[in-house]
Amino acid sequence: MNNGAVVKLVDVHKTYRTGEMEVRAVRGVSLEIVRGEFVALMGASGSGKSTLMNILGCLDRPTAGQYFLDAADVSKLDRDQLADIRNSKIGFVFQNFNLLPRTSARENVELPLLYGPQRLTNPELRAKADAVLASVGLSGREEHYPSQLSGGQQQRVAIARALINGPEVILADEPTGNLDSHTSIEIMGTFQQLNERGITVVMVTHEPEIAAYAKRNVVMRDGQVLSDSVVAGRRNAADEVKTDGAGSNGVVK
Amino acid sequence: MRVGSTINVAFRALRRNKLRSVLTALGIIIGVAAVIAMVGIGNGAKAQVEAQIASLGQNVILVFSGSTTSSGIRTGWGSAGTLKVEDAEAIRREVSGVVAVSEEVRSPTQVAAGNQNWLTQVLGESADYLDIRQWQLADGASFTPQDVRSANKVCVIGRTTATQVFGNDDPVGQVLRVKNVPFVVTGVLTPKGLSALGSDQDDVVIMPYTSAMKRIIGGTTLRNINVQVGDARQLPAAQQQIISLLRQRHNIRAGRDDDFTVRGQQEIADMATAQSKTMTVLLGAIAGVSLIVGGIGIMNIMLVSVTERTREIGVRLAVGAHGRDILTQFLIEAVALSSVGGIIGIAFGVGASRVLSVYENWPTLISLSSIVVSFLFSAAVGIFFGFYPARKAAALDPIEALRYE
Ligand SMILES: Nc1ncnc2c1ncn2[C@@H]1O[C@H](COP(=O)(O)OP(=O)(O)OP(=O)(O)O)[C@@H](O)[C@H]1O
Ligand SMILES: [Mg+2]
Repeated sequence: MNNGAVVKLVDVHKTYRTGEMEVRAVRGVSLEIVRGEFVALMGASGSGKSTLMNILGCLDRPTAGQYFLDAADVSKLDRDQLADIRNSKIGFVFQNFNLLPRTSARENVELPLLYGPQRLTNPELRAKADAVLASVGLSGREEHYPSQLSGGQQQRVAIARALINGPEVILADEPTGNLDSHTSIEIMGTFQQLNERGITVVMVTHEPEIAAYAKRNVVMRDGQVLSDSVVAGRRNAADEVKTDGAGSNGVVK
Repeated sequence: MRVGSTINVAFRALRRNKLRSVLTALGIIIGVAAVIAMVGIGNGAKAQVEAQIASLGQNVILVFSGSTTSSGIRTGWGSAGTLKVEDAEAIRREVSGVVAVSEEVRSPTQVAAGNQNWLTQVLGESADYLDIRQWQLADGASFTPQDVRSANKVCVIGRTTATQVFGNDDPVGQVLRVKNVPFVVTGVLTPKGLSALGSDQDDVVIMPYTSAMKRIIGGTTLRNINVQVGDARQLPAAQQQIISLLRQRHNIRAGRDDDFTVRGQQEIADMATAQSKTMTVLLGAIAGVSLIVGGIGIMNIMLVSVTERTREIGVRLAVGAHGRDILTQFLIEAVALSSVGGIIGIAFGVGASRVLSVYENWPTLISLSSIVVSFLFSAAVGIFFGFYPARKAAALDPIEALRYE
């Protein structure tokens, strides 16, 4: 296995043009993230975190600079090629979960499989989805609609969807932004255990307490990296949940 | 590439919005049902007219009293009494290829037998009339040329008249009082059904035209003359000869209009079928408009649905859907709605036509081609009206779609 950089940004710029206005959202970011890292991306509102995440997630292309994902240059790929990269190498987790309404947890998790290179039968889809749902502690909830699940459970369905194709990187833009502090810790527990399994996690957060669950903190200001540091005194969600006495819902098997 | 999953995706999406799916399909259901029923009615009417024209008899030329205006509008054929009995005899004598001629008068008349009264149509004809119309007797015999010469008080009656006046009794040999003149019924005709104009052809009393003119209707002119020639190839020549013969007999100078109207059977058939064809086209057009309205309904709902499902589309794009997957999904949704709607609509349309023909006695004719055409058309409506919304959905930018509120 290649233990080099999973993500490598070289002097990446992103400039939005709306009529006469020019917004330089990202101004020369160079960043390397190796396999197995857990990075928290911080910074003030408008500092370019989401813009950078969209580029990392191949939802958007940089206006300048280069982006190597898994050693392959993806900054010049076209729309469909980027879609295939998103499908196979990247798992997204959003602040507002972005689950399909009136669709069962299972069908939500199956979604990326439907756009994958493999043609699976309905029973195969179902078996895969149920296994991933179980791994995020949601067995027995396969038939539930998002409206029948708590915020934390919805976010774990979203995490299961992100995991289903075995991605290189999980990208989460403010994954705990809509959750209370206890549920946030559970979700962090889930991320930490995924990370222990070797999955690279990059997450945006405003809260230093949440960033403390990561191994590395990158702070942005005005579209540039302000600081990049290893987390000292890292928090462990599993211990906190245990001492909290709350159920071990977020356990990854 | 992955049409199979996309079909899966599309049907999942349709199931998720059952009510909306049903309402969308409803427009197509109504449209297709209307097309099937309307065209069925139109075709049924056309087929009936054609059958009736054929029942007029073969190789028949009809000569009516009175003329048509130059624009072709009828001024009441047979109303202006210009045809004389002698004209008919002249045709019989002088026009080549003629095998049978029947002088015709007609009038609605009160008839009675026992204590039963009935208003029916009295036809005065020659003894050849039933042969010309290929009209068989169910019972008894026709009147003879001798009866015609002597203006005997004999008649044959149609099925409806027989039932109305004589009930279950056998009418043959009985006395029928026509305008209080006693006639002997010599025969009962086989049923012929409705005419092209919807009147009951079996509600009739047919007697020698001499008897009718002398004893019942009065007058000295004929309503029309039925002429039969032996061979279809002789029809045009015979028609010309009749025209010049009658113009000469009526002293019509060159350049003046005829005071009679000659119609070949083919012309009558053409006119009648043209009318029913117009009706079919008209009905079909009305129904087609409703199908297009149904299609616009689909487009409308699909457009709303694309806006409403922007976030869904964003999620799909984010997890790896290509623009083409989204396009196919929305197209399949539209086509599924419209073609399922089409199938249900066909069922309803066929059902409606059945109901009309069973309970209202309307002749309807559902052709396989109209079923196939309306199914294909409804599927095409789905593609046509689904394409624009589908393309709109496929062109969405994933980031903007995800951010859509
Ligand atoms: N599509 C766009 N068009 C124009 N400008 C944009 C667009 N997206 C973002 N921007 C601008 O780019 C800058 C960075 O935005 P971005 O969303 O990356 O900030 P952020 O760090 O994620 O902020 P927050 O913490 O509030 O989410 C902002 O000034 C924003 O207005
Ligand atoms: Mg942001």
